[in-house]
Amino acid sequence: MAYDLTVNGQTHHIEADEGTPLLWVLREQLGLTGTKFGCGIAACGACTVHLDGAASRSCSVPIESVGTQHVTTIEGLAAPGTRHAVQQAWIDAQIPQCGYCQSGMIMAVSALLTGTAQPSDADIDGQLTNICRCGTYPRVRRAIHAIAAGAAGSASHG
Amino acid sequence: MGKLGTWTRRGFLTVGGVIGGGLALGVAFAPNRLAIKGDPRKLNTWLKITPDNRVTVLVPHCDMGQGSQTALAMMLAEELDADWNLVHAEPAPAMPAYATEYLVHGFALGFMPAWLLPRTVDDVSLLIADMVGLQLTGGSASVRMTGEAGMRVAGAGARAMLIQAAAARWGVDPSSCSAALSSVRHVTSGRSLTYGALADDASRLSPPTAPALKPYTQWQLVGTSPPRADIPEKTNGTAKFGIDTVLPDMLYATVTACPVFGGKLVSVDTAAAAKMPGVHSVVRLDDAVAVIADGYWRALQAVRALQPVWDFGGHGNVTSESITADQRALLASGDGSADVKRGDTKAALAAAARVISAEYYVPYLAHATMEPPNATVRIADGKCEIWTGVQDPLNTRSVAATAAGLAAENVTVHNFRVGGGFGRKVPASFDFISQAVQVAKIASPRPVKFIWSREEDIAHDYYRPTALIRFQGGLNAQGAPVAWRAHYTGTAGENASQIPYGIDNFLISSSKFSNHVRTGPWRSVDHSQHGFFSESFVDELALAAGKDPFAFRRDLLATGSRYRAVLEMAAAKSGWGGTLPPGSGRGIALTEAFGSIVAEVAEVTVSPAGAVRVNRVTAVVDCGDLVHPDTATAQIEGGIMFGLAAALYGEITIDKGAVKQDNFSTYKVAKMVDTPEIAVFFIESHAPRGGIGEVGVPPIAPAIANAVHAASGVRVRTLPIRSIAMPPAEPPSEHASAQ
Repeated sequence: MAYDLTVNGQTHHIEADEGTPLLWVLREQLGLTGTKFGCGIAACGACTVHLDGAASRSCSVPIESVGTQHVTTIEGLAAPGTRHAVQQAWIDAQIPQCGYCQSGMIMAVSALLTGTAQPSDADIDGQLTNICRCGTYPRVRRAIHAIAAGAAGSASHG
Repeated sequence: MGKLGTWTRRGFLTVGGVIGGGLALGVAFAPNRLAIKGDPRKLNTWLKITPDNRVTVLVPHCDMGQGSQTALAMMLAEELDADWNLVHAEPAPAMPAYATEYLVHGFALGFMPAWLLPRTVDDVSLLIADMVGLQLTGGSASVRMTGEAGMRVAGAGARAMLIQAAAARWGVDPSSCSAALSSVRHVTSGRSLTYGALADDASRLSPPTAPALKPYTQWQLVGTSPPRADIPEKTNGTAKFGIDTVLPDMLYATVTACPVFGGKLVSVDTAAAAKMPGVHSVVRLDDAVAVIADGYWRALQAVRALQPVWDFGGHGNVTSESITADQRALLASGDGSADVKRGDTKAALAAAARVISAEYYVPYLAHATMEPPNATVRIADGKCEIWTGVQDPLNTRSVAATAAGLAAENVTVHNFRVGGGFGRKVPASFDFISQAVQVAKIASPRPVKFIWSREEDIAHDYYRPTALIRFQGGLNAQGAPVAWRAHYTGTAGENASQIPYGIDNFLISSSKFSNHVRTGPWRSVDHSQHGFFSESFVDELALAAGKDPFAFRRDLLATGSRYRAVLEMAAAKSGWGGTLPPGSGRGIALTEAFGSIVAEVAEVTVSPAGAVRVNRVTAVVDCGDLVHPDTATAQIEGGIMFGLAAALYGEITIDKGAVKQDNFSTYKVAKMVDTPEIAVFFIESHAPRGGIGEVGVPPIAPAIANAVHAASGVRVRTLPIRSIAMPPAEPPSEHASAQ
């Protein structure tokens, strides 16, 4: 099947079997390898992207269901040469360890903050269900509160 | 090869030039046995200074997020008096010359990680010879071994040579020169030259045999926390892992292996799968079937359509229950072999006023690294190239060479940062490398990216071993412990099963248990089991003696000892003894692993329904001197989360010989919602540096379990905790001594 897919502001014409998860189209056809494969069942969030701004686990989004929704991946979260506030906060707080889950974590957190600018701990616990086996969670929580408090650095040229 | 042919080796330091000018310095720990023998060009260069005044540190350990790339470069830069802004770290290539030689010496000196003990031979020389090919990241060894004996020595040696070169240039005595910020300065005249300008001269000098290292009082860079160089690219998707490899004309593959370990593939009808869209071929392996296709998803669909017939090798009836029964029978069958023995434990138990007995159990655990096992392999023109992220690229080469039927020199490994290791990505567990190479042979000359599904990963790990232990503890009439008897299944040895407490009579013995379920090292290895066992049972003794668990432990530790300082600080920082709301409690635990001493206090709440929530964890760590305090803190935080996940949820069970869990839906790990407040403190005792990557793990399970008891009265003797069955179960069995 043929699909027109809008990713990071660009429209791509792709061919894929119906049922192919968006994750594999991004990684294998569009070369956007920042979005990671973790579990294949939407349980870990390593593959999180935005569909029209909402966090979605791309390993479980069939390509045919994307339609005209705009896909944003980690590569497109900030304008080229800049950092999103969440990315800057991740550097400030020195969060990533192995880093494999962090693309998905950052995409999930940026969507969370778009919907809830001042999340409580309960909001964070309820909405941020990504898995990080290195255990960066304490720093993730602190960084989210720091962004919410406006304490994190603003977008800067990187 | 430019000046590479002029390498020489003198004493510990080895020196040479760099193409285009400059200084290269390496460290040879055992010149007679070093892997560079036979080819002097294969120098284990760890330091390069180029004319642009930049310092490159070649780090022979991989990046798993543990921060040792930065820490090792800092240790070298400190001794070199380099300008940190001009220093960068690079991974060393997968060549024998970069084998983590000092790790081998660490074994010989007694720091050997317990998980390698089965590989020990009596003759230390033989051991070293056998392991000379090691290029391993594990055993919390990077800083304390490679850093201490490699990076620091190389940095100090280079500094001395650069000063000597400058002094010769100026015709002055070296002692009249000083070094700072990557320059040498003649103190009286004020003349100065950069390291870059001196590097070529220095490369013609003989390296000092034993350069002086700075005392800790003079460190300026070490002990600070400059930003880790690897972090920015891990926030924007540009950090490349092995799974991100893209090659021209690449195919994709995935696999399903016999669900029962040790089984074989009998037959498989491949016709239907072979006709599925995009399928290149179906590959029969000895104990698995793989599909190669033009995309991972298509390969996975085809693998799932297969209905292989397996021979379960006689293990198809094994269950977790039968394994536990076998372990129990093993312990009942004899006394085991003594790992630690002091005094006369049998007599002391017989004479004790009270004897407390208990049995503890921990299950198999999976690593569940976020990056599933994968490797991209191209076999063409008699060569094999591999792109992957593993904890030991050098042995990847030999595993791949065997699978490919090629000599090791025809195999090239491109190692990437590791998306979670925790012990999964070590040579003994390289089944996925071997599979990937066998699959790539079929597609040759096209490259194949071979990826395990998460289901394959959870069900075909090399698991943290299950273990069963039986304790007897003797208390005298005053409630002081007089005897400690433990007998467990496994091979933890003295290191992990030992406790630091002053008890006169000790007997710890083990009975080796093995079955068809494959096992391997898991973050902190045997300490993950024995920390829970010993520190829970100590708590039982304390409470049986009617004493506060902290005070009971403290009184068994020598005044002025590192153990006691760590324990006391943990109590102070956690507010030990302060009141908590009903249903809440604190638990304390103290462990020593990989040369570091760690105490953790957990504060938990147990709901009336038995749900356990960990609210707060206080950790105190004595790992000697810190290199990068923020990274050390992050490693302790991560170790606590890793151990907390296992304590609360982690369990691999066996049914019909196979692992029952298959993904994060059934193998539960910790998430944000499980995360306590964590406060980490360090004691810089200036003792020899200990490890940091694994040492946060062992105390957390017993700290939580002891806190659960304080909160609910229920003693946890089996992990995972999941939730507590209220009301309390039977207290530990007690009986009068046989006097």
